[in-house]
Amino acid sequence: MAAPLGLHLEFGGGAELLFDGVKNHHVTLPGQSDPWDMKQLLAWIRGNMLKERPELFMQGDTVRPGILVLINDADWELMGELEYQLQDQDNVVFISTLHGG
Amino acid sequence: MCQVEEDYNGLECKQEKIPVSTLNRKCMKCKEGTAVLIIRVNDAFCRSCFKEYFIHKFRAMLGKNRVIFPQEKVLLAVSGGTASCAMLSQVQEGLSREAPKKLRFMPGIIHIDDGGACGQSAEERQRSNSQLKSMFTDTGFPYFIVPLEQVFSLPTSVLVPGSSDPDQSNPSYKQAVDQYIKEKQTLTEENVASAVAQLSIEDSAYSPEYKLALERLFSSLKTLTAKEDLLQTLRQHLILHIARENGYSKVMMGDSCSRLAIKLLSNIALGRGAALASDTGFSDPRYGDVVIVRPMRDYSSKEIAFYSRMFNVPSVFISGLDTKTHDKASIQRLTESFVTNLQADFPSTVSTIYRTSEKLHTVMSPQSQSAEPASKCLLCLCALDTKVDKASAFHATLVSEQLSQTKLQDPSLDASEQCCTGGQGCGTGGCCSSNRLPSHQDLKMLLCYSCRLTVKDMEATDTLPSYIITEAEKRQKRSRMKMEISEYLLEDGQEDGD
Repeated sequence: MAAPLGLHLEFGGGAELLFDGVKNHHVTLPGQSDPWDMKQLLAWIRGNMLKERPELFMQGDTVRPGILVLINDADWELMGELEYQLQDQDNVVFISTLHGG
Repeated sequence: MCQVEEDYNGLECKQEKIPVSTLNRKCMKCKEGTAVLIIRVNDAFCRSCFKEYFIHKFRAMLGKNRVIFPQEKVLLAVSGGTASCAMLSQVQEGLSREAPKKLRFMPGIIHIDDGGACGQSAEERQRSNSQLKSMFTDTGFPYFIVPLEQVFSLPTSVLVPGSSDPDQSNPSYKQAVDQYIKEKQTLTEENVASAVAQLSIEDSAYSPEYKLALERLFSSLKTLTAKEDLLQTLRQHLILHIARENGYSKVMMGDSCSRLAIKLLSNIALGRGAALASDTGFSDPRYGDVVIVRPMRDYSSKEIAFYSRMFNVPSVFISGLDTKTHDKASIQRLTESFVTNLQADFPSTVSTIYRTSEKLHTVMSPQSQSAEPASKCLLCLCALDTKVDKASAFHATLVSEQLSQTKLQDPSLDASEQCCTGGQGCGTGGCCSSNRLPSHQDLKMLLCYSCRLTVKDMEATDTLPSYIITEAEKRQKRSRMKMEISEYLLEDGQEDGD
């Protein structure tokens, strides 16, 4: 029985356009029996936070190629990508690299 | 096997992805720090090693291609995106006093505000401009924030490649560096004074008729591909003009490796294959006196994004023409999604394309001494690739185009053409100035293949800025005149008294 999880989400590089232009979000994920992992978090974001154009943020189960994910300032590839289990007060950052230069 | 989403039912063996079993990998360079980032396929770096690697790459890129001489004035083209802001911070880093081997040039910053072409509101533009302005003032370099509308007041000299400085006394790179080191003491104070004196040149005021003209220009283009292409061309012209006006001999663009790979493929799709080497290479000498360099071309966009995030490099996100468009909106956008998706499963995609682009060289340099300006494309200033013989694919496209055309030029334009063919000039320039606009057909002769496609997409060529139209007329007159007197001209190699 996991307690509700508080997370700090950030969006950068243009990804914030899909979230009403707001870069920083504090969210609380409801408690559930299994610990939350990234896959579930993404599904939750798509369901609850994405205001428009979900295909610009996600592709299937994972993020769209070109969007970097950092968990506590480290590359999520080092943490296991979708299998990483979230902990309370984790900081997850989504940066879009598709724009800009 | 080559699909984007492949599911092996529990087996962790995605193509090219190494399953990560340990969570705490060590940095592969120093072997002690905890890795925070993976670049390329499997190289894990810790924070400090990554920073060193990043900074070193920038300086190595500049040092390997020795094109930037000491004391040279270099203009940094900053669009506000992460790559150009990372470039700006690298330049700052390199010029700072603590750097072991200081970079030795004098930077200026330019930002082109193209909100007018992208449909942004005036408040949004104002907001981005003020954010950028505070970022630029923090650096202490002289900066220019120029709205794209200014393109309507450019002179025609922008379309003519300047002569590169044939100064024979120009020393070689090594000699220049040695000379500089000897004179170093007296120069440092002058640098600071001149930089402070010339701080802000923010010319964001533009007249409303330019604004309307810009909107008209971009709305006369039907496809997003052509719009993006034209925007790119106009931006280049404006940067070139500002560089020339203020004595900058080099312009640094912040194209990253990923961006250049996308650009390479989309340029091929657009028909710019002949100019690939200069469009995606390190240095682009087609403008003659101003050389465009791309020092960020070795960095993937992931590295840049991580660096900016970890070391707090400020950047401003500005929506472009293709923001939030779907994947098939334009050729450039399609190529971007293709390459990015492929890169996700095959991490060596971008670097392969990049290595291929490094091997490209132009056979005939686009700026050969014997070529007159008339044989360069009017808009993009690359060598004209359309004078080919009858057995070529290009000729075939021309023939099929002619056959499928139903209506030729407007009869009213034909009438006004008569006045100049009788061998007489135009007197006070009454008929040939503004009311005789070049039709699509005339402009086409002066453009390279891909610029032709862009102009063909335009509904009315009179929406083009006046400097383009004037230069087009001038070249047409000149070629007409040349045809008329061609029998009196001596050909090269012809001896007299035959």
